[in-house]
Amino acid sequence: MPQTSYVRTEMVPERAPPPSTAGVIGWMRTNLFDGWMNSILTVISLAFVVWVLLSAVPWLISPTWNATSLQECWALIEAAGKPEGACWGVINERWPQMLYGFYPEELRIRPTLAFFLLFVALIPVLFNMISRRMNWLLLVLVLFGATFFAAASVLMVAVQVVLGAALAWLAYTVVTTKAGDRAEAIAAGASRLPNPLIFSALYVFLMPWLLWGGPIWSPIGAAMGFVLGWAAYRMLAAVIGNLGAIIAAFLVPVVWWLFLIGYFVSALSSVLPIGLEPVDSRLFGGLLLSVTIGVTAIAISLPLGIVLALGRQSDLMIVKSLSVMFIEFIRGVPLITLLFVASVLLNIFMPPGTNFDIILRVIIMATLFASAYMAEVIRGGLAALPRGQYEAADALGLDYWKAQRLIIMPQALKISIPGIVSTFIGLFKDTTLVSIIGLLDPLGIGNAIRSNAAWTGIVWELYGFIAFLFFVFTFSMSRYSMYLERRLRTDHG
Amino acid sequence: MTTLTDPPKGTFRLSMLINDSRYRSMTIQIVALIGFLTLIGWLTSNAAQNLSELGRGFSFGFLGEPAGYDINQRLLDYNNQDSHLRAALLGVLNTLLIAFLGCIAATIVGVFVGVLRLSHNWIVARLMTIYVEVFRNVPVLLWIVFAMAILIETLPSPRDFRGETPEASMALGESVAITNRGFYVPEPLFSRSLGDVHLFGNHPLRFDVSLDLVVILAVLIAGILTARLIGRRADRIQAASGDRPHTLWYQIGVIAVPMVLILTILGFFLGYPELKGFNFKGGTYLRNSLIALWLALSLYTAAFIAEIVRAGILAISKGQTEAAAALGLRQRRIMSLVILPQALRVIIPPLISQYLNLTKNSSLAIAVGYMDITGTLMGITLNQTGRELETILIGMAIYLAISLTISSVMNIYNNSVKLKER
Repeated sequence: MPQTSYVRTEMVPERAPPPSTAGVIGWMRTNLFDGWMNSILTVISLAFVVWVLLSAVPWLISPTWNATSLQECWALIEAAGKPEGACWGVINERWPQMLYGFYPEELRIRPTLAFFLLFVALIPVLFNMISRRMNWLLLVLVLFGATFFAAASVLMVAVQVVLGAALAWLAYTVVTTKAGDRAEAIAAGASRLPNPLIFSALYVFLMPWLLWGGPIWSPIGAAMGFVLGWAAYRMLAAVIGNLGAIIAAFLVPVVWWLFLIGYFVSALSSVLPIGLEPVDSRLFGGLLLSVTIGVTAIAISLPLGIVLALGRQSDLMIVKSLSVMFIEFIRGVPLITLLFVASVLLNIFMPPGTNFDIILRVIIMATLFASAYMAEVIRGGLAALPRGQYEAADALGLDYWKAQRLIIMPQALKISIPGIVSTFIGLFKDTTLVSIIGLLDPLGIGNAIRSNAAWTGIVWELYGFIAFLFFVFTFSMSRYSMYLERRLRTDHG
Repeated sequence: MTTLTDPPKGTFRLSMLINDSRYRSMTIQIVALIGFLTLIGWLTSNAAQNLSELGRGFSFGFLGEPAGYDINQRLLDYNNQDSHLRAALLGVLNTLLIAFLGCIAATIVGVFVGVLRLSHNWIVARLMTIYVEVFRNVPVLLWIVFAMAILIETLPSPRDFRGETPEASMALGESVAITNRGFYVPEPLFSRSLGDVHLFGNHPLRFDVSLDLVVILAVLIAGILTARLIGRRADRIQAASGDRPHTLWYQIGVIAVPMVLILTILGFFLGYPELKGFNFKGGTYLRNSLIALWLALSLYTAAFIAEIVRAGILAISKGQTEAAAALGLRQRRIMSLVILPQALRVIIPPLISQYLNLTKNSSLAIAVGYMDITGTLMGITLNQTGRELETILIGMAIYLAISLTISSVMNIYNNSVKLKER
């Protein structure tokens, strides 16, 4: 038997991978220079990037921040010895206008406050991830910050003291108690802070008041409509039955809003004239206008879209055909025609003598427009649900509305999140169309600036800045939707 | 004999309209219908009252009156003595023109970007992502106005082309003049032209059909059909014998040779733009507004199309490619026989809805003064005649007709490619 010449008795030590497949070089070989075709593409792209940077960066760095006209910019650029450069003076001079339009300068704290409060109000709706305490802390913080911009008075100092004390107490509890202890204390029956959604609900009435001003009794009166409806339902349900009470709960607020609220506001204003200085709609402009129209239309279009989607999916023939007609009509015409309707036609369809605010008219049309698209998105979500979900809801004995609320909608809405958010983004971008019917959104302000003698001929800086403003909003919305999708994903992996 | 399964023969009570599910759906529908009709009636009566207060009725008679304004970019002949109806027709044609050009350009750019975004090349993929995010996160109206401003402010004026040492020169071998007033491109002309056919005499809807164009199109279509016949024959031979004859050159030949022949017979040549006096003469004049709108709409829509294409390709599982490779298909055949047919099923419906969006977004032409249907009928005609209700109704109806046509075509396509499930 031939002797085995060589048997290895110990393991060979691992060798490092060849340098061409690991580290920076390996990464570049697989991702940038993988074959000659790819290498050519890489070189071309690199050349493009270098070219863009070489032409953009020197242009961007330009000592023109304080210029007051395009001519002055050119003089400054020439003095700095550069061939060309951006003219940043226009942004420096006009950015308040691009943000607020012609909103009175001394009152601009109000929209700013409304904007920050919007986030405080949105957080419990959107994230559901920070604690109640943090949310209330945030609210007090924003309000406390806002007091420093208001006119100084004895009352304001008192408010500051109260808010400061609340802020200090909340911050103290946040810092001192650990999350675990807190959970135990709550389990043992300690009182919790109220749900921050209360503030979100109040914000709906607070925002128009902050933006448009007027007596404080108008938002209170508007909110009272809901309280009255609820009270009517509670009182009448026992007396005339459920259905009668529901009808009453609809009718009472409508009567209140249409006929009685005016007396209520004027009576209370004459007794207690508390309020903010009113601001006319035509002074609204810039990003303030876009956000006002966008946020309002977005908030109303979602419930309207759900109703329309349910109508389109319903078995009731007339309800279904009405929904289909509405949705297909709105989706078939461009938004600009609907805005023409808002600007010249809506008054023709109203009772003679009615003349309501142009922003309100635009919001109405934008809401109708978005709700049709929203309905289609949600219908997609409804159609994607397996039939078994509907049957399971029926088998549990749930009625139509309970099945929708507890079983169908939570799943359908989850499926439609990407579509819903892209409809929101589309609507926000579409608010620029109001510049065509003469409102001064950022684009309208931009056109006004370009027709000003001092800034005629300015292009890149101005439109680049406006584009950046929109990009910040829409890009963060789309990132939020991706985050939400990940958070709500319940399948494996 | 009565059993327990028989329905109770109770008398009809009013409360059953609400509480009995047999009648409730009826009640709800009737209430909805009454509500809808009341709303329509209320709106109509308000409109009638308002119109009579303004002292005018509801009529479309204004369409026959002379328009009195000029349309600068047009496909048919028109002068300002023509009626509002003809102005509206030119507007519709301009809308369709920009929609057509925009869809083609957006598809080309979009497919290109979408495929490159999936590239293994890191830097190319990143650049394409930046393109997509930048373009689709900024309003399209901003892009349109932006493009218009760039064209006006940065391009040379026709004056700069004059003189011994001009500051600007024409591009592409002295054939295209790019100025801040618009682009002058060579125009196709025929020295032995067959002339035009005038349809509808002097009616506002009259239009001329160029016989040259008709003949060229006929030859082209005949060529394509013949090429397809050759392809079919090759398929049959392949199915019978297993060998596929080479057909590519024949197919190119039957399309190209008759085309060259007919162009020679008609005496085809290009009319180049020339600088005469203060402006360019000759050639086809594409105004700034058209170029800006076209660029902005197609680049904006391309960003969306790129995402659709990317999603469509990603939707096909890798197993399909591998299975096709296991069958022995070559790379190109895998693409054309296995991947593309499946990817297209995913891509086409959202693609067509992007075409629809582009068509509707073309109504923003009014911001740069391109005379589409929004600019003519719902713009100047509305302002001149004061007929808001009528003009906007017609305009909406036209857009609605375009949209419904496109979406019904899409439905037919969807049904034809739907997976046939058994």
